[in-house]
Amino acid sequence: MGKYIKFFLVGLFFGIVLVKSEAVSWYRIFEMFKFQSFHMYGIIGSAVTTGILLLLISKKIKLKTIKGNLLTVPKKDSGFRRYIIGGSIFGLGWALCGACPGPMYILFGTGAFSIIIVLIAAIFGTYMYGVLKDKLPH
Amino acid sequence: MEYILEPWPWYISGPCIAIVMFILLYFGRTFGMSSNLRTLCAIGGAGKKVDFFKFDWKAQRWNLVVVLGAIVGGFIAHNSLSNPIDINLSQQTVLDLNTLGFNNIGKSLLPPELFSWENVLSIKGLLILIIGGVLVGFGTRYAGGCTSGHAITGLSSLQLPSLVAVVGFFIGGLIMIHLIYPILF
Repeated sequence: MGKYIKFFLVGLFFGIVLVKSEAVSWYRIFEMFKFQSFHMYGIIGSAVTTGILLLLISKKIKLKTIKGNLLTVPKKDSGFRRYIIGGSIFGLGWALCGACPGPMYILFGTGAFSIIIVLIAAIFGTYMYGVLKDKLPH
Repeated sequence: MEYILEPWPWYISGPCIAIVMFILLYFGRTFGMSSNLRTLCAIGGAGKKVDFFKFDWKAQRWNLVVVLGAIVGGFIAHNSLSNPIDINLSQQTVLDLNTLGFNNIGKSLLPPELFSWENVLSIKGLLILIIGGVLVGFGTRYAGGCTSGHAITGLSSLQLPSLVAVVGFFIGGLIMIHLIYPILF
């Protein structure tokens, strides 16, 4: 059990940050897609900027993970269609119910229990992808 | 303490999310919330029928623990670390939502028009949540990641596929909000 505590704490911090930043709010997602506030762009932009810096620094100092390997990000498979089509389908759903997967779990924690319907539907959507995978352009 | 109870500004929240990503990389894992949906399918026995779910899900238990932490984090942040105040949305957003027929805008994290049980249990309300959820679950696996995997991790590591995926997120999101919402509401 001990080795899982650190992951629990990371998740705990993540949940707190996403609630306190209001990034879990349906309203903030609507506002973002309407380009009516800088808030969400500020969050994503500063996250990516910080992320780029952290990864550059860790590359420079050859930082190793706790497992002893060099810290690297796994490379995404090459391709175009799966990213543009899959991404667009994801975007339609994200804007419709105002929640991507992380916030779905977190919103449940805030007591917005009806989000469980979206979560179950998302699990089913993932299952549908698994069934149709070989028939789709990637 | 007062600063913690107020909503956090973007320039605090964004770097905190990057730190979450970085710590998981430091632990030898990657930041990806949608992978858990696949894991949950596998736990449910989907691997018996579909090869895509035939993998060692036990190796993904750490990520489910992250989810568990996130749920508890949501509970703590909402119940103990927040002053009850409205979301400070832009005037124009409030006006636009009013036009679409929304009320009590920004008084809770989610609009009651979509998420109150009364509306969830109507045909239209239920369909919106189910279709939205299915699109998210299907699209994220098709694209190989969601906001955490592509927008944060992928862009931070300057990967082109993630940029394409994020462009896709916005194509879909803009179509939904600007073209489909006016029909739905």
